[in-house]
Amino acid sequence: MAILEVKNIEKHFGSTQVLKDVSFSMEEGSALAIIGSSGSGKTTLLRCLNFLETPNEGSITVKGETLYDASRGTSQNERELRKKRLHFGMVFQSFNLFPQYTALENVMLAEQLLAKERPDYNQNKKAILEEIHAHGEALLKKMGLEQRENHYPHQLSGGQQQRVAIARALALKPDILCFDEPTSALDPELTGEVLKVIRGLADQKTTMIIVTHEMAFARDVADEIIFMDEGYIVEQGKAREVIEHPKEERTKQFLSRYTQG
Amino acid sequence: MELLRGMGTMFQIFLLTLVFSLPLGLILALGTMSKFKPLSCLIQVLVWIIRGTPLMLQLIIIFYGPGMWLGHNIWGGNEAGRITATVVAFTINYACYFSVIFRGGIEGIPAGQREAGQVLGMTRSQIFFKITLLQMVKRVVPPMSNEIITLVKDTSLARIIAAQELTQRGYSFMKSAGLVWPLFYTGLFYLIFVGILTLLFNYIEKRLDYFR
Repeated sequence: MAILEVKNIEKHFGSTQVLKDVSFSMEEGSALAIIGSSGSGKTTLLRCLNFLETPNEGSITVKGETLYDASRGTSQNERELRKKRLHFGMVFQSFNLFPQYTALENVMLAEQLLAKERPDYNQNKKAILEEIHAHGEALLKKMGLEQRENHYPHQLSGGQQQRVAIARALALKPDILCFDEPTSALDPELTGEVLKVIRGLADQKTTMIIVTHEMAFARDVADEIIFMDEGYIVEQGKAREVIEHPKEERTKQFLSRYTQG
Repeated sequence: MELLRGMGTMFQIFLLTLVFSLPLGLILALGTMSKFKPLSCLIQVLVWIIRGTPLMLQLIIIFYGPGMWLGHNIWGGNEAGRITATVVAFTINYACYFSVIFRGGIEGIPAGQREAGQVLGMTRSQIFFKITLLQMVKRVVPPMSNEIITLVKDTSLARIIAAQELTQRGYSFMKSAGLVWPLFYTGLFYLIFVGILTLLFNYIEKRLDYFR
């Protein structure tokens, strides 16, 4: 069964239609890359999945549970919305780390807040907090940042900040981790270290959706690729196929700019 | 001695006004940003009226108004009543100014901060208290220091309703003794107080310097 099924998503801002009849599905443990020029709707699609935007039409189903269905007018009270959002993790283009917290605190914050809602929180407070601390440290270590735990975001390089952001997104063990152009704000050297981390996650079969402009990376790391243009999914298929033998004229046109170097 | 008592009154008005107007200003700021239009419009009208009229006029209306409309002076005729009326008028006035500063501070925080909290499953109040608040405080310290220093000197307006604050004491001392120097001491008190506040604000800015 598909872990994520997106059906007929439409989204408009005023009179501009940003997403037009977008449907796709993905399997657990696979990586999906979304490519396309700026303004093609890639980011909006990710934001719809994370409920930062509400689609005007269509449905989103995760693990068989329909999280959103425009035709049924799903009620969106905060409690339910929060639960739904936890299915997805999000890594932003501009990192969005919380500046007043250290790297480790950034990673632990959401988990600490969620733990307060556990019925046994008051009895086992100490053990729970220690567990969260250990988990946070382990995540940063996985990102190669064990030396940077107590640094504040402004003391870290862009690449390090983005790796903290990835650890923060992983902390709540989302079903699907979304990356919104994770390296677009980084120079080539820092891009490399972030892509390496994402590649590592792919090797561990993390279910991921990656919006990216790094074509070679998308080809090597993603299982499937979706090419979007003007709000439509123009082409989708096996990563290597789409990049090396695109079928649609528009895809060829878009990719030619990259292969020409 | 007289001057010191006046200084006590000044302190009292200053501190009480701050204690009440800071939270009230924050509530007004959140109100203006509310999606519920009638509320945000109402607060904007209030802010317009309060910022558009002199504080001295507001003080007079608040002190004498109830007595004229209701037929009895709710503040009582004594010194404590005068100070209470002053604090009420100042609180409303300063809360309105603070609300505009707070709103600027909150709106200056990138939307990505709130979104990062949302995708991590935080509630609106968690996002406000754990993420937004401290970043806002850091942004508003410089403009707030201006307003709070102005408040120190605005306490001298309380004399208009015959509250025995510092300037009033200095003035009556000058008249009764036929000496000018009490007024200079009065000025000196304000200067010293504002000096201490300035140091305090510098300290707060330094303390918040650990993040950007």
